[in-house]
Amino acid sequence: MNKVIEKTTIIGKRVTKLDAPDKATARTRYINDLVLPRMLYAKILRTDRVHAKILSIDTSGARALAGVHAVITASDAPDGKIGVLRDNPPLKGDKVRCIRDEIAAVAADTEEICDAALRLIKVEYEDLPTVFDCTEALSEGAPIIDEDRPDNIAMQQYFEHGDIGSAEDDSDFVVEGEYNVHYVTHCNMGVSCSLADYDMDGRVTIYTQTQYPFNVKMDIAPSLGAHPGDVRIIQPPIGGAFGSKLDVYPYEPICAILAKKTRRPVKLIFSREEEFVASPTRQPVEFNIRAGMKKDGTLTFRDVDCLLNNGGYTSWGATTPYVSMRTVTSHYTVPNVRYRARAVYTNNPFAGSFRGYGNVQATWAIETHMDRMAEVAGLDPIAFRIKNANYPGEITPQAANLGRVDHVGCILQAADKSDFLDKWHDCKARQAENTRYKRGIGIATSLHNAGGAKIHKSDGCGTMLKMDDYARVTVITGASEIGQGSDTVIAQFVAEELGVPMRDITIINNDSATSPWDVGVHASRTTYIAGNSAKRVARKARERILRAAASYSNVMMENLDLRAGYVVQADDGVVIMPLDKILRQMHFAGEDAELVMETDYYEPPSEPEDENHVGDMSAAYSHAAHVAEIVVDTKLGTIKVEKVWSAQDVGRVVNLTGLEGQIEGGIAFGLGYALSEDLKIVEGKVANPSFRDYHVMTAPQIPEFDLTFLETDDGEGPAGAKGIAELPTIVIAPAIGNALYNATGIRIHHPPMTPEKVARAIAESNAAQDNAKGRTDERG
Amino acid sequence: MSLKIEISLVLNETKVEASVGVTESALELLRREFDLCGAKLACGEGECGACTIIVDGRSRNSCLTPAVDLDGRDVMTVEGLWTEKGVDAVQQAFINEGAVQCGYCTPGMIMQARYLLNRNPDISEAEIIRGLEGNVCRCTGYKKIIAAVKGASRIQEGSPG
Repeated sequence: MNKVIEKTTIIGKRVTKLDAPDKATARTRYINDLVLPRMLYAKILRTDRVHAKILSIDTSGARALAGVHAVITASDAPDGKIGVLRDNPPLKGDKVRCIRDEIAAVAADTEEICDAALRLIKVEYEDLPTVFDCTEALSEGAPIIDEDRPDNIAMQQYFEHGDIGSAEDDSDFVVEGEYNVHYVTHCNMGVSCSLADYDMDGRVTIYTQTQYPFNVKMDIAPSLGAHPGDVRIIQPPIGGAFGSKLDVYPYEPICAILAKKTRRPVKLIFSREEEFVASPTRQPVEFNIRAGMKKDGTLTFRDVDCLLNNGGYTSWGATTPYVSMRTVTSHYTVPNVRYRARAVYTNNPFAGSFRGYGNVQATWAIETHMDRMAEVAGLDPIAFRIKNANYPGEITPQAANLGRVDHVGCILQAADKSDFLDKWHDCKARQAENTRYKRGIGIATSLHNAGGAKIHKSDGCGTMLKMDDYARVTVITGASEIGQGSDTVIAQFVAEELGVPMRDITIINNDSATSPWDVGVHASRTTYIAGNSAKRVARKARERILRAAASYSNVMMENLDLRAGYVVQADDGVVIMPLDKILRQMHFAGEDAELVMETDYYEPPSEPEDENHVGDMSAAYSHAAHVAEIVVDTKLGTIKVEKVWSAQDVGRVVNLTGLEGQIEGGIAFGLGYALSEDLKIVEGKVANPSFRDYHVMTAPQIPEFDLTFLETDDGEGPAGAKGIAELPTIVIAPAIGNALYNATGIRIHHPPMTPEKVARAIAESNAAQDNAKGRTDERG
Repeated sequence: MSLKIEISLVLNETKVEASVGVTESALELLRREFDLCGAKLACGEGECGACTIIVDGRSRNSCLTPAVDLDGRDVMTVEGLWTEKGVDAVQQAFINEGAVQCGYCTPGMIMQARYLLNRNPDISEAEIIRGLEGNVCRCTGYKKIIAAVKGASRIQEGSPG
């Protein structure tokens, strides 16, 4: 009797992350740990002014110090600039525009010598008038930050659909609101680090934390005076990125320029303080919202004006409106929409991309506003949201086809599991009770791209696959593994197609010289795009193997399958031959010899926005709903989040453990945004550049989680999966804000909801009530 | 040049000697002299726990511990947990439970967890959470780390000796 192998699947199971064993045993060497032969260290001298002319830079003392190999200033650097608008010279020669600005850099034998050399550099400045506020920067006579843009507007976006004027006339209620969201920063555990090494032909290898390995070649090349093709990018393991490494920042070209000058490998690492001061922030935004509805709560229009504090230079922060706009125009069904955003130069630090992109900001504003509108309409938060929820196949004003979404399902699951309505009514009824601790419950939802985002001409990913004589599989992917678990998911899709165990698959990536092109790890795109490419390349290998097996076995190819390292009959699972045997037969077949080597480039069926911001830019979309139950200490103003219910449309679960980890970690980020993280910028300077004064979430602050995954089975996604990693960070903060309102009647429009802010708002509200009561008493 | 001091210590169950600078931290010594890169420099001021090691049975921030203070001590780093008997129960539990994402905090977390379990093999969940307060993780939201420490205490119970 022949051996029989049943069909099984690895999709949706709990799978151990491929990189976990090496990381848990410290076999992994991170970029920060790397040492190359004859390597030098580098440090940057930053300004202590926020807006000033540079009169002179004297580096003679630093150059004379023993152990110093190079000192560079703007005059040593090529003219090319970096940043989204190419407005940022890596080294500043004429003037400084914000506190991060790089004046000079040193390469030396040790970091200690670098520090000593920096102290010997003398800089003379002439201070210039400063501006830190967007509205002031837009007013006439404001200091000009970027001479090429004298109106101080770095970027602006405008979108209009329908007729706002007549929609407003037809509205029974119009609700207005201002919501200002603050500065936070990534706090990657691994601080910023770059290592550059030139060869004698002028080709440079850069070891970097980039999330954008192929585009970074193009983005960095002008600042090196190099051809993009002569830049090789290697991405060693890194200690987190979360969007912070999507742009080139000055330290990377500075490191490479020093390497070129010294003809030795040069490594540059930030201190933690430098990480707080000189890495990108999340984009702060001032939202001004007007939105209308009919008496029954049906939304009629939404009109949103945004000001973005651009800081001294333009990085990805100025482009976050492309994502915010999608939330404003498409989250809930709104027939008439208008969106305007302006990013305004100031002397503040500047923002980059950050997990959730502009949607964290927009969802805070929209979901707080929606909660207020529900109250005006006299509806509970669930009924109001369901009334206006997105529906499957909906075409939004920006022409996104939402496809298989389940917005209502997310809302209902989160509400049912949390017993939302009973608790919400109960807490509301108890608001007026004179108790110190008050309980509240709140909900928020959002919509995000879940099938990539075509912000370039291509949103694709390439994959190459080979199999050896022992049925071991090597997959060379363009995707970037930064700890999120993409290698594991890619291996699962390959294992599923080829019927091989996970341990027989090796994933190779993170070197631009070997990996095929990919547009980087961002926009919740990797599982979807790289996953599809991996699945397709494995499918090609599978078909090649089955074709050969059919001719060897005389079984129809359609009735063959690959399971657990064997070729089997698909209908009954009867083993025909081991997989490695057929591979060797194919390999050593004389004139007909073939090796299994396949390639694939997957381009998702999405389109870039046109100049009017219209286009179906993602291949899939999805929603999440979060419910937060909190207890507020009305005396101290502290908010304890007791439990969070999350219901998210994930398309299909691929790696259950990895999925939970992404959702839990994403919510933790959002909790910090909501409650404690606040990068304080005072007159352009960072006032709290340490973990002591900038409070990230620690273990005791994490609430209980209840996670629900809705499987909508996306038609295009690999095995039906969608991208998932940003929504958890996006949704939680307004759920907590809405819970605070349910508990206390206090609305905080400007996160974070710190104890000081909450206690003050409660005290002011009590005082106002006492005053009102006093006046009533007098009249009575 | 600068003053050096000779020290000897037991490092991961092996007796070693080193010549250390007076301002050198234990973290710098481990990396410079012994090529042990498990302990991470992530803040340099004792606020994040990524550099946690165990010295004479107690967890310490190696970034704040002077290297000279290791003289005569018994020092354990994450590299010392994987022996010929296999990987430590805490390491195995971190792998099994999905407690590792970027992994930069992982060596420090594992050493802190090892310390907590050495002190109290029957540790409660509340004690685990309190015991990990000084270790920052930016990726996981801590749930799977907490589950891993609980899992490790179960693996220990089940294992002989």
